[in-house]
Amino acid sequence: MAAIAKAPARPARAGRGVRTRDGWWAGLFLAPQVAFLLVFLVVPLGYAVYLSLVQWDGFGPKTFVGLGNFTAQLTDADFLRAVWNTAKLALITVPVGLVLAVLIAAGLAGIKGSGFYRVLYFMPVVTSSVAVALIWQVILADDDNGVLNSTLRRLGLDGPDWLGDPGWVIVAIAIVTIWSSLGLNVVIFLAGLQTIPPQIVEAARIDGASSARIFRSITLPMLSPTIFFSTVVAVISSFQAFDQIYVLVNPAHNEGARTIVYQVYKLGFKDFQFGMSSAAALILLVLTLLVTLVQFAAQKRFVHYDS
Amino acid sequence: MRSRPAARQLALHASLALGGLLMLFPFAWMLLTSFKGVHQMLNDPTAWLPSPWRPQNYPDALAKMPFGLAYWNSLYIAALNVALTLLTSAMAAYAFARIRFRGSGALFVLFLATQMVPTQVTIVPLYLVLAKFGWVDSHLALIFPTVANPFAVFLLRQFIRAVPIELEEAARTDGAGRWTIFWRIVLPNIRPGLGALGIIVFLASWNSYFFPLVFLNSPELATVPLLLSQFAGGHSAVDYGLILSASAISVIPTLIAFLIGQKKIINAMAASGLGGR
Repeated sequence: MAAIAKAPARPARAGRGVRTRDGWWAGLFLAPQVAFLLVFLVVPLGYAVYLSLVQWDGFGPKTFVGLGNFTAQLTDADFLRAVWNTAKLALITVPVGLVLAVLIAAGLAGIKGSGFYRVLYFMPVVTSSVAVALIWQVILADDDNGVLNSTLRRLGLDGPDWLGDPGWVIVAIAIVTIWSSLGLNVVIFLAGLQTIPPQIVEAARIDGASSARIFRSITLPMLSPTIFFSTVVAVISSFQAFDQIYVLVNPAHNEGARTIVYQVYKLGFKDFQFGMSSAAALILLVLTLLVTLVQFAAQKRFVHYDS
Repeated sequence: MRSRPAARQLALHASLALGGLLMLFPFAWMLLTSFKGVHQMLNDPTAWLPSPWRPQNYPDALAKMPFGLAYWNSLYIAALNVALTLLTSAMAAYAFARIRFRGSGALFVLFLATQMVPTQVTIVPLYLVLAKFGWVDSHLALIFPTVANPFAVFLLRQFIRAVPIELEEAARTDGAGRWTIFWRIVLPNIRPGLGALGIIVFLASWNSYFFPLVFLNSPELATVPLLLSQFAGGHSAVDYGLILSASAISVIPTLIAFLIGQKKIINAMAASGLGGR
């Protein structure tokens, strides 16, 4: 957890003395969190597994169908398109968003008075996703009122129907997602950059290293644990993206904006196919775990933990 | 950054300012457009300034939807959610940091592992569980299900481990019990951690949309994001002035609060690395 940069260091004496064997007290202190976890996470997760194996509309009898829901989803054109849309979104937002964030953080680390910019870049992070979606809806609209396309038209260019064209909508969603999450990654990287000892950079500079060389050979390797952690988080959150898309586009009207989470929501709360919805949700969980595992396997080649 | 410091600083400032303007543009456009009338939107969509200025959009938006009530709903839901999350996760963090018990390490790992399960994966069964409780279309569905927060436990455990053990030993010799130590010694000493976590949890609750969308039906129960989302589509397509004045009504108080506490908020989010998820 490299990004827990601000957490205080462990003092030498922790873990002794008052830390006595005291099972009864431990149970008492843990009880509320464990209870909440059981009721609102563990039980629903188990229930999801059960539901994924039955056919049920919420009212009638439940029919056991084995893995039928999974095979139905995995061969369903709508679901496969949702997987592809989800993957496309991650493939655009994660690399573009993180590269931009690293560059901006490196820029901020190189100037005095970065506090002002930090605030500017961070403002979208604290803004509700619904408001963000509404603002961008007005900017990206393809009618005469959309400021982006109207401006492009004045310049003699013809902007696409960002929110209506299934081929372009993922790009539009990616732009909005990157805009709204950029600031968070910037401050995380900035915090990471501030842990790099200035003596190392100074020594390299005295040895005649160029700024580009220092960035490549010192900054990037030393920042790599933070970059890795942010990549994992960014992939997971782009797999879970829902709020902005749902308000910005209304996926019901644009198949290009239907992600896996939208399928889960639609199957469950619009079609009342609880079994199908749970199966789609569990496929999402497995995909998330798989991609995270692959990232952890790949990090060994790219991430430097020794300082 | 030694070489040609002045030129380099200038170039960096220029590019960062350009990026900053791009970040700012949507907010500026929201504010300007929120004062435009339908007539101007139709005739001159790319004009920067409203002409004439139409402040009436704001009372219109307020009259259309019960924003005051939604603000109160969002505020008290977030406050209760924060209080419950801070108290219970600090308790659990204390147990993991300072009480020796069998299976402590394994339980902690299990705790953190549950963080991997996305909310959406359990949304349908969670709905069914809450329906059993009679909590659907009730604020209880927004206050309680997110209280279990392994990330919060992890963060506070780090802070508790940094509290000097001597403080606890001294209190213990004075005859203080576990709860007194936790309440009188540990909690006051991890205030910065509680503050940071409180901000993160508050923002997550305040801005949350998925849970209100799924669990609430009654209009008078709506939170700010849920109410605001009803301005998307459905209305006369061109009344962007109204839509954006509604957005401004929901965004501006948050932004003012952010600007006041920006240093604390940014540091808290940077430290968490998870941004309220």
